[in-house]
Amino acid sequence: MLYFSKLRIFSVIIFTLILSYFSLSNFFKIDDNFFSKNIKLGLDLQGGSYLLLEIDNKPVITQKLQNKVMELKNFFKDKNIITRNYTVDDNSIIFDTTPDKSDELNNILDDDESEINPYYQQYKSHEFDFVKNQDSFKLTLSKYGLVLLKNASLDQAIEIVRRRVDEVGTNEPNILKRGNDRILVELPGLDDPGRIKSLLGKTANLTFQFITQNTEESFGTEKLEFEDGSENAIVSKRIILSGDNLVDAKPSMNSQTNETVVSFTLDRVGAKKFGRATSTGVGKRLAIILDGKIISAPSVREPIIGGSGQISGDFTFQSATDLALLLRSGALPAPLNIIEERTVGPDLGQDSIDAGIMSLIIGFILVVLFMIYKYRVFGVIANLALISNLFLLVGVLTLFEATLTLPGIAGIILTVGMAVDANVLIFERIKEEIKSERNPIIAFDSGYTKSRTTILDANITTLIAAVILFFMGSGPIKGFSITLGVGILTTLFSVYFIARLFTAFYVIKNKEKESLI
Amino acid sequence: MREISFNKFYKSFNILSIVLIITSLILLAFKGLNYGVDFKGGTLIELRTDLNSANIKKIRDSFNQLNLGDVSVKNFGNDTDFIIKFEKQNSNDPKFIDNIKTKLSGSIGTVDFRRVENVGPKVSAELLQSGIIAIALSLAAMLLYIWIRFEWQFSLGAIVALFHDVIITLGVFSLFSLEINLSIVAAVLTIVGYSMNDTVVIFDRVRENLRKYSDIKIFELTNISINQTLSRTIITSATTLLALLSIFIFGGEILKGFSLAMILGVIFGTYSSIYIANPILVVLKVSQRTIVKEDKD
Repeated sequence: MLYFSKLRIFSVIIFTLILSYFSLSNFFKIDDNFFSKNIKLGLDLQGGSYLLLEIDNKPVITQKLQNKVMELKNFFKDKNIITRNYTVDDNSIIFDTTPDKSDELNNILDDDESEINPYYQQYKSHEFDFVKNQDSFKLTLSKYGLVLLKNASLDQAIEIVRRRVDEVGTNEPNILKRGNDRILVELPGLDDPGRIKSLLGKTANLTFQFITQNTEESFGTEKLEFEDGSENAIVSKRIILSGDNLVDAKPSMNSQTNETVVSFTLDRVGAKKFGRATSTGVGKRLAIILDGKIISAPSVREPIIGGSGQISGDFTFQSATDLALLLRSGALPAPLNIIEERTVGPDLGQDSIDAGIMSLIIGFILVVLFMIYKYRVFGVIANLALISNLFLLVGVLTLFEATLTLPGIAGIILTVGMAVDANVLIFERIKEEIKSERNPIIAFDSGYTKSRTTILDANITTLIAAVILFFMGSGPIKGFSITLGVGILTTLFSVYFIARLFTAFYVIKNKEKESLI
Repeated sequence: MREISFNKFYKSFNILSIVLIITSLILLAFKGLNYGVDFKGGTLIELRTDLNSANIKKIRDSFNQLNLGDVSVKNFGNDTDFIIKFEKQNSNDPKFIDNIKTKLSGSIGTVDFRRVENVGPKVSAELLQSGIIAIALSLAAMLLYIWIRFEWQFSLGAIVALFHDVIITLGVFSLFSLEINLSIVAAVLTIVGYSMNDTVVIFDRVRENLRKYSDIKIFELTNISINQTLSRTIITSATTLLALLSIFIFGGEILKGFSLAMILGVIFGTYSSIYIANPILVVLKVSQRTIVKEDKD
């Protein structure tokens, strides 16, 4: 165990140097793409906001079912199959057909080539599961149909969230999918997430609809509140224009009224629709509705055909800016709820870093002194291994650009405390071997050999805990499991290659000495 | 080095441990654990006030006026920092935190919100569930590992020691109403690893000695093995405790609970590998035949 080939010595040195270089690169600025890797600081250390959003897919599902009803009606009409009595509840569609067509309809829905109920080969499932009860059919979104729908709406929501967050211009935001109905938003450096939260909390569904007195309107009507809650108005369900037709929106001043307004520009289709509607509706009040609330309802004085307009409504410059931003980024497919929020101010983050580094230095010095006191020369060797262990550990974390959290720093300190264990096991074993073996080289050799299984056992148990934490833990805890786990691996390396190398040199040089250890 | 007769005290310490475990279980069953916002849901605010402008009572009064339900206020590290916790969480109202801040500034002067955590009921339930699963999984993984590596008598000893450490550590947390949060789960898992590590080192030696000496009774043999590994046990616990104490004292308030749990775990872990794991080998009458039989297989 004490013999090292030249090649092995060389590789150990190179390996250690490279990783040490990476760990040092955190402290110096290096103008090289490959070497300029850095450990990322977690939000708890650099300060910032962590938001977990959950998408409320109910409206998406309802919308899907309503669209499906239209599709079914048209589809079967083309096939000359009579369907009627459509009803839609939370998650299913029920309708009847005539007795003579019910089997045909059943086959259409059950066909793997079905157009109206697509079959997903990879999931072995149709979009809709259905139950036939004589002439009545009940269609329910299948498990995979639902997953596909949710994924599509989540992807769309992520895109909108990303646009909104980007527009606010925070520093390197991190936006990730979590499961099939959650979005994780990490905003480093942001210590007051209020504005982002209010931006993400809005669906931003914008519509223009006429206010009407006539409740017998062919499209139906609904009663909506004004944004400020002051009054209600009856609005036609006919949508003149929606946010989808907007190509731009920005805050501006209305020169006549000196009010802050949001000016918008429409695309060609939108401009045409808007022009037509406003020409026929001169004199009527046009309600501008955002997420079910009327922002304002100006009277149409003349046809608006230029494809641009203004929204007024008691805006401050900030609220006009935010509305413009929401309109530019588009509507979310469904509302988002913030179900978890963690925000750390930058000064607390810095305090945590300082405290973490302070306890690392003190813990390290205490352990180093203790080892020298206990083992003298071998204590120094164990300490050399410990130092290189730290460099290796930080180097590996840098190389993989791991995220360092406060518990992660605790993991490094803990590694310092536990890393000497392996060397202690070896040294204690050598002490015992020396009692019965006169030749120090053989005693050292068997000290290493005999302690090996114990050391492996002992480290594997901690590694198991670290791996489980890694897969089960979230955020900061994951940071802890990474440093703990990587720490075990670098510990084993530093003990079996670095400390053993030093030990071998020392023992071979001083083999004539009495009481070597 | 003179040999210490650890085995003389097996019985008395076993009784002590049984008493401690029962006490802990009673505490856990009746007093329960003090779950933080991670597991209970709610809002946590760490705030810093201007020097001497506020005290706990004043802050509690100001918060009570905000109708947030049950509010707990604690000093956090120094006189100007406080931790405020209440069950109400309303992360969907973007102005929720801002409003609290504005109202507080009115009654106690400038406040700096250093940390805000707002955890909804669904997330906290999930975090608790995954915490429990993580601990259960790691216990199961240890069980599997030790079952592969050792004979069943050893496995049983190690696992009992493991449960002993986790239960008593949680018992202490219950007794002093210390907060259980995500980092405590990490601490408990590390304790599990450490406790196992410590036990395995002694067991490896017991097994080695069993092969060597056929005429020494297990009662004596465990004592010999404990003594042979004693200086390692002491040194490793000492260096680990030094590192942990350093976190506890200098690592800031956030890591206090975490390092305390680890310190307790290391102490109990070291104690249990000597006084729980080994007596179980004695009770199960482990002998050379136990392992020789295994070797033949």
